[in-house]
Amino acid sequence: MKLKEVIGSLDLEVFYVSNPEGKTVSGGYVSDLLSDVMGNAEKNEVWITMQSHMNVVAIASLKELSAVIFVGGIEPAEAVVRKAEEEGIALLGTKLPTFSIAGRLYQLLER
Amino acid sequence: MELSYDIGGGDFVNAGRASSAVKGILKQLNISAVLIKRVVIALYEAEVNVAAHASAGKISVSITKDVIRINIRDKGPGIADIELAMQEGYSTASKEVREMGFGAGMGLPNIRKNSDTFNISSTPGEGTELEIINRLSN
Repeated sequence: MKLKEVIGSLDLEVFYVSNPEGKTVSGGYVSDLLSDVMGNAEKNEVWITMQSHMNVVAIASLKELSAVIFVGGIEPAEAVVRKAEEEGIALLGTKLPTFSIAGRLYQLLER
Repeated sequence: MELSYDIGGGDFVNAGRASSAVKGILKQLNISAVLIKRVVIALYEAEVNVAAHASAGKISVSITKDVIRINIRDKGPGIADIELAMQEGYSTASKEVREMGFGAGMGLPNIRKNSDTFNISSTPGEGTELEIINRLSN
């Protein structure tokens, strides 16, 4: 599924995105432990987290993730968004808690 | 090919720079995606360890046709009990570092898991040295 469709279907807030028609979403990964994501997330997955600092962008870039979704209305700092622009990492947000957004993303991808 | 990078203790903003640079070079060299993944995971964790625990660190990367050898040497508190530090879930990271989602005691085990050969030595009060070796012909 294309990232554009995920953003639209889940009504996600967009802090930064480039080329959402071109980015593929193959799955999701839910974790607030950065080493867990580093070790176990796969390319083209969407990372759902409440961590919103600089290293989240670094890991998303190294792991070639499709996007990061910040939960519970968390907004990234300006410097984090700028870093995401440099790295080409989509930063998205939702007011929903982790369980709800993960469930919706799962349903959407299984459809 | 020989590469080297400096890491600052406490510098989480730049943690990952070396991993990102090395990843780019390995891609240019047409190294397999599986191997790049292993090298990047191990190197990133090592960078974060320096940022989280040491005052400064130096990374040297040597790439030959057979092997990718990474050496990370830091100045810092060192590790008194390496066997304990290698256990999953064990961490001495500060509260601040844990709040960032690091310090879950997964770093060193992740490095070992993603190395063909992993060596660690440390002198308490002086620093720690890691050697991460991955062979190209797996």
